[in-house]
Amino acid sequence: MIEENFDAIVVGAGMSGNAAAYTMASHGLKVLQLERGEYPGSKNVQGAIMYANMLEKIIPDFRDDAPLERHLVEQRLWVMDDTSHTGIHYRSDDFNEAKPNRYTIIRAQFDKWFSRKVREAGATVLCETTVTELIRDAKDRVVGVRTDRAGGAIYANVVVLAEGVCGLLGTRAGLRQMPKPQTVALAVKEMHFLPEEVIEQRFGVKGDEGCVIEAVGTTSRSMAGLGFLYTNKESISLGIGCLVSDFAAMVESPYVLLDALKSHPSIRPLIAGSEVKEYSAHLIPEGGYKAIPQLFGDGWVVVGDAAQLNNAIHREGSNLAMTSGRIAAEAIIEVNSRNAPMTKRNLALYKAMLDKSFVVKDLKKYKDMPALLHTNSCNYFTTYPRLMSQAAQNFMRVDGTPKIEKEKATTAAFIKARSRWGLVSDAVRLALAWR
Amino acid sequence: MTIAVTKSRVEDKLYQNRYLVDSGRPHIKVRPHERPSANLLALTHVCPAKCYELNDEGQVEITADGCMECGTCRILCETSGEIEWNYPRGGFGVLFKFG
Ligand SMILES: Cc1cc2nc3c(=O)[nH]c(=O)nc-3n(C[C@H](O)[C@H](O)[C@H](O)COP(=O)(O)OP(=O)(O)OC[C@H]3O[C@@H](n4cnc5c(N)ncnc54)[C@H](O)[C@@H]3O)c2cc1C
Ligand code: SF4
Repeated sequence: MIEENFDAIVVGAGMSGNAAAYTMASHGLKVLQLERGEYPGSKNVQGAIMYANMLEKIIPDFRDDAPLERHLVEQRLWVMDDTSHTGIHYRSDDFNEAKPNRYTIIRAQFDKWFSRKVREAGATVLCETTVTELIRDAKDRVVGVRTDRAGGAIYANVVVLAEGVCGLLGTRAGLRQMPKPQTVALAVKEMHFLPEEVIEQRFGVKGDEGCVIEAVGTTSRSMAGLGFLYTNKESISLGIGCLVSDFAAMVESPYVLLDALKSHPSIRPLIAGSEVKEYSAHLIPEGGYKAIPQLFGDGWVVVGDAAQLNNAIHREGSNLAMTSGRIAAEAIIEVNSRNAPMTKRNLALYKAMLDKSFVVKDLKKYKDMPALLHTNSCNYFTTYPRLMSQAAQNFMRVDGTPKIEKEKATTAAFIKARSRWGLVSDAVRLALAWR
Repeated sequence: MTIAVTKSRVEDKLYQNRYLVDSGRPHIKVRPHERPSANLLALTHVCPAKCYELNDEGQVEITADGCMECGTCRILCETSGEIEWNYPRGGFGVLFKFG
């Protein structure tokens, strides 16, 4: 089909692939981008909160025409048990700024927009094309790709693997291992449509203001998991995800969890009367720093979710994907400008640059969190949420019990559930991992 | 409290989605087996599209039409060789309108 030789082939038109393709094409490189979906975004799922700063570094004036839903003025963190939630809410009018910091987006629409920008920058984008194999030369250097379209091989100086969390190509080619069940979460999500005014009333927002809720607790049935509810213009994204290893061990169904979340007394009124228009599922890399694979080699680099660059603690992924895509592109542009070959040695520049960015620094900070939450999930996701609810209820309910006795009862409940030593060690381990 | 006791019907959820099914070319196959492993058996619950089902002989079968290509079954069962997993051909499979 395509006989030419490209400076770079980008596999995937998600967040990381679009960032890489856009950056390289706008610096004059000859870029071919291949996407298996009918259109960019048709295979992609996100919550979705998009962090403006990282997109600004790629497309400074994105606010002019990007499909943005709402900018966030309020975030709620909920700890839930079966009938209650205990929450920290942060809302600030400071978030109503000229250039807001976080927006909700709808990925299928956003990816189409981003892909249009990539094309305008000069890249060739080919959809409905699954890359089936990496081509290597006698010295094992990656020199191109094969696709499922007639026509065979396409060659390039470097291949950017922006293929997402499943990473079929890279894992099959032995560039990295397949993610382990305990390092990926399976998330399911529904799109609930409601009139704009209803969303504004229910969440106390006006105009383009938005509100998001992140929820942990018994909704994940003792598994390490997180629920979320994000407001879009005329819809609510509602979902829940847990580690694949936990799903398999507990033999739970994700849609059962999702339906339980929907019927939770704290969530149900927020989505009442909505029309569900889509149900989706996707994996999220959650292995953190320790799961980051080899990021570059002779003729290739890997970016975004395929490289496990995802901060599960802060629910950030798309920004790490965009940033790693941009940085990989900048490294390639630099090597290219010296007319140097795309060898492993030269492409090490990508990792050196990435190590200096927030992407690797943040993941390093939380390097022990995934293991902690995985091994201790029952305590952090069931025992403590229940205790918190009891404590709060005990504090608020006025029933003639002297306050001193109420406090004693709360303390006793914590000790009974986890023992004094258990409480201290849970706190210490959490603090150490958070540090 | 009234937690809904209605059985979760995943079929109703999938009904909302758009697919372009590549008829006769399923992208996931289950290797013939006598007894499924714990992971393969778990997929009858864990697969978010309920593609895996237990037949009367106690073996696990797949109908991949509603598959959302999440990759969970690959993570759980490809290494053991119990399933063969590929992406659908370009353009086929699930088509998220929102995602
Ligand atoms: C439910 C959920 C909620 C999330 N919420 C948030 C959030 O609120 N904020 C946030 O920042 N992040 C969030 N994330 C994470 C975020 O979605 C990802 O980190 C981000 O999409 C990664 O971008 P990517 O480009 O690496 O991969 P993807 O966006 O997955 O893109 C990979 C692309 O490659 C294509 N592809 C793969 N293989 C091939 C092949 N062989 N040939 C051709 N094309 C191929 C795919 O079709 C796809 O388009 C969430 C994720 C999920 C699942
Ligand atoms: S890829 Fe996901 S949706 Fe498809 S069959 Fe496997 S587990 Fe089910």
